[in-house]
Amino acid sequence: MIGSLDHTTLQQLWWLITSVVGSLFLFLTFVQGGQTLIFTTACSEEEKSLIINAMGRKWELTFTTLVLFGGALFAAFPLFYATSFGGAYWVWMLILFTFVMQAVSYEYRKKPHNVLGARTFEVFMFLNGSVGILLIGAAVGTFFTGSSFSLSQYNSVTWGTPFHGLEAALSPFNLAFGLFLVFLARTLGAMYIVNHVAHEPLVQRARRASWVNLLWALPFLLTVLFGLLTMDGFAVDPATGKIFLEKGKYLHNLIGMPAVAVLLLGGLGSVIYGVVATGFFGKNSGIWFGGVGTVLVGLAVFSLAGYHDTAFYPSVTDLQSSLTIYNASSSKYTLTVMSYVAIAVPFVLAYVAYVWRLMDAKKLTLEELTGEDAKEMY
Amino acid sequence: MGDQILTTVDWARAQFALTAMYHWIFVPLTLGLSFLIAFFESIYLKTGDEEWKKLTKFWMTLFGVNFAVGVATGIILEFQFGTNWSNYSWMVGDIFGAPLAIEGIFAFFIEATFFSVMFFGWNKVSKGFHLFSTWMVALGANLSAVWILVANGWMQFPTGMAFNPDKARFEMQNFWEVALSPVAVQKFTHTTSSAFLLAALFVVGVSALFLLQKRHQLMARRSMVVAAVFGFIASFFVAFNGDESAFNVARRQPMKLAAMEGLYQGQEKAPMVVLGVINADKKPGDNLPAFHQEVKIPSMLSLLANRDPDSFVPGINDLVYGNAARNIVGAEQRMITGKIAVSALASYKLAKEKVDAPAAAAALALFNKHKGDLGYGYLITPAQAAPPVALTFYSFRVMVVLGTLFPLIFLLVLFFSFKGTLEKQRWLLQACVASIFLGYVAQQAGWVVAEVGRQPWAIQGLLPVGVASTNIAASQVQVTFFIFLTLFTALLLAEIRIMMKQIKIGPEV
Repeated sequence: MIGSLDHTTLQQLWWLITSVVGSLFLFLTFVQGGQTLIFTTACSEEEKSLIINAMGRKWELTFTTLVLFGGALFAAFPLFYATSFGGAYWVWMLILFTFVMQAVSYEYRKKPHNVLGARTFEVFMFLNGSVGILLIGAAVGTFFTGSSFSLSQYNSVTWGTPFHGLEAALSPFNLAFGLFLVFLARTLGAMYIVNHVAHEPLVQRARRASWVNLLWALPFLLTVLFGLLTMDGFAVDPATGKIFLEKGKYLHNLIGMPAVAVLLLGGLGSVIYGVVATGFFGKNSGIWFGGVGTVLVGLAVFSLAGYHDTAFYPSVTDLQSSLTIYNASSSKYTLTVMSYVAIAVPFVLAYVAYVWRLMDAKKLTLEELTGEDAKEMY
Repeated sequence: MGDQILTTVDWARAQFALTAMYHWIFVPLTLGLSFLIAFFESIYLKTGDEEWKKLTKFWMTLFGVNFAVGVATGIILEFQFGTNWSNYSWMVGDIFGAPLAIEGIFAFFIEATFFSVMFFGWNKVSKGFHLFSTWMVALGANLSAVWILVANGWMQFPTGMAFNPDKARFEMQNFWEVALSPVAVQKFTHTTSSAFLLAALFVVGVSALFLLQKRHQLMARRSMVVAAVFGFIASFFVAFNGDESAFNVARRQPMKLAAMEGLYQGQEKAPMVVLGVINADKKPGDNLPAFHQEVKIPSMLSLLANRDPDSFVPGINDLVYGNAARNIVGAEQRMITGKIAVSALASYKLAKEKVDAPAAAAALALFNKHKGDLGYGYLITPAQAAPPVALTFYSFRVMVVLGTLFPLIFLLVLFFSFKGTLEKQRWLLQACVASIFLGYVAQQAGWVVAEVGRQPWAIQGLLPVGVASTNIAASQVQVTFFIFLTLFTALLLAEIRIMMKQIKIGPEV
């Protein structure tokens, strides 16, 4: 069946698959959000350790999902990989630096003779959860606001500014997108603490943190939504492949793809429900509503950027260099092979879910941090 | 312009080499130690002896410290293909991206999911499931090696693809040819078995230190026996597929073989230089001697390269300037046809833009005639086709000499262990400790041979590094190079200090 799919369908399918992976990554940034809560929600070293150990069981999943997101983009949309990573050089480099810092921080923070001291590794975690996520948000924001680049006839990228992508963080829309993701991650992190930690004072503060951070996220969310509904967008003429600016393009996309509007509204509603249930009704399962909601919002955002004859990585300096899911993709053969490989994804999700359930069956307690396996704790 | 591009390429190469070399300090230990830990835990489950559990947890702690930096440097490598090698990413992403994505789906998630059970699940899951998780981490880590080495194997021996002139990129035609190419298979077996060997050296060396210090002696003796058996078996795999590797190189990368041997003038009954001092002034095509001093074994190179002691092995001069008598077309000639291909491709693109069908067809026909040499069209001088000879030559010898030494160490450890006098052989225990460092030297030397020997190509014979890099100012890559250098060095120092402290603490605490 997969072998009979045409190239266009495969391109659309792979945009969906990468969108799912990217959206799952957004949910899993609760780890990054949790990392930033160690300086605001924890009131003692013990509570800090509880948060870090709660997040520490999951940091690798987030990291791996980011790596898979990169790998999927490389395999399915290599021209995007080449253009964005080679062009918006500094944004990606800074994001990478923060993730490198994160990868070692869990393991090294509490180990004796760690050279830099526990506090430094905690700052690394904070930077990963704040600057790292902010820049990822700004990078995703450029899917709508565009970047300054042009492609040669051999698709070699020339970036239009000496800042190589850092200029993206100066756009109010991109900045709002980044800040929204930072506060959303903190909201999710707080809900995960409520779900996974058995330490009442910390859990109470995490409940409060969930709605406080959602409130902080709201103005940025509204800025993003207002921007999306009113801005000019980068449309593609399906007959000629020519890119042109269209007034209210993303609003048109929402109207033209009502399912996406449902995803967006349903996702936001689910996040809000999760926070209200966590913050005001003493529920512990808010993270699941928050998680599902985040995935739905992510899918809506990626759909708005990539489907309905839209350029998902637009160039503001050379419109015809803009990338669409059609001109940036791999060949039909490669997408077909990769689609067979993608059949494994549900199995991967199944064993991840099984092990997650198994490991989270018992809540994390202070006793566990000081017990027999204290040496292994983060 | 030309100078700037060269400088950017140089910094990009330096940065990739830096990241890869740091990455390969941590990864081989992860690949091998994961299996050793799985062996230790299996014995614990079988015997129920708590000493084995304590031993397992001790090595697991060191595994965790090492694993983190391997993960951190790994993500940089993946994304560096995009940041520093964006033309490469576009030109071969259709083929190269797939193994990376498969690595993520099939391997990294296994590793990431079961890693947390392995470390934090002792009291949360059954003993059987815990052991299963430990094996899954070992499997996941080594599965990830499969796919990245498939990708690297394809860079050494590009196969299963074709050039698409409309897109100006290479596209995959046969996935199985890419995944199961003999070079990819051999890369995987040689690299993973050498990683097992390094991990065995690490366990043997740290255990030897305990014996020298008369601490944790039971744990040390047990660890040493298991690791020495594992390392001894791995050594034979390394030697066997190392020979296969050289045989493959002779077939698919003759220039790399010539550089590995410092062989400038091809000959029949080619000797192997066992030891030699390379003449640094020697250049392709001149009359200077290749060596200041050399010790040779007659006909050995012909025998190893072609399984025939009388056979002809081409040298650097043959491959650069050609050898009509042997039907070898040199880089000099291939550059001429390559430049025709480059020009025909440009004409084709222009004709397509002008919607001039006859001109496009003519240009395409000319391009198709010469497309096999397209990559050579981007070289500036024929001599550029030769990799740095001295570095490749010496690295190869370091790798081989050390690779020959290690099985002897494992054998001696096993011999004295079974005799029950291992603790008394202080010279051997000291050699075991020193071998940890030597193991890392051999690993790095192996990759230098593989990667420096492939130069000037990013993709052997198809894409020179100068065309593969990103169009960005050298200063920007230079800055990130030094940031990475500082960051990786700090992390390495932290890792070494933490490891040493954990070894000092030992398994009791």
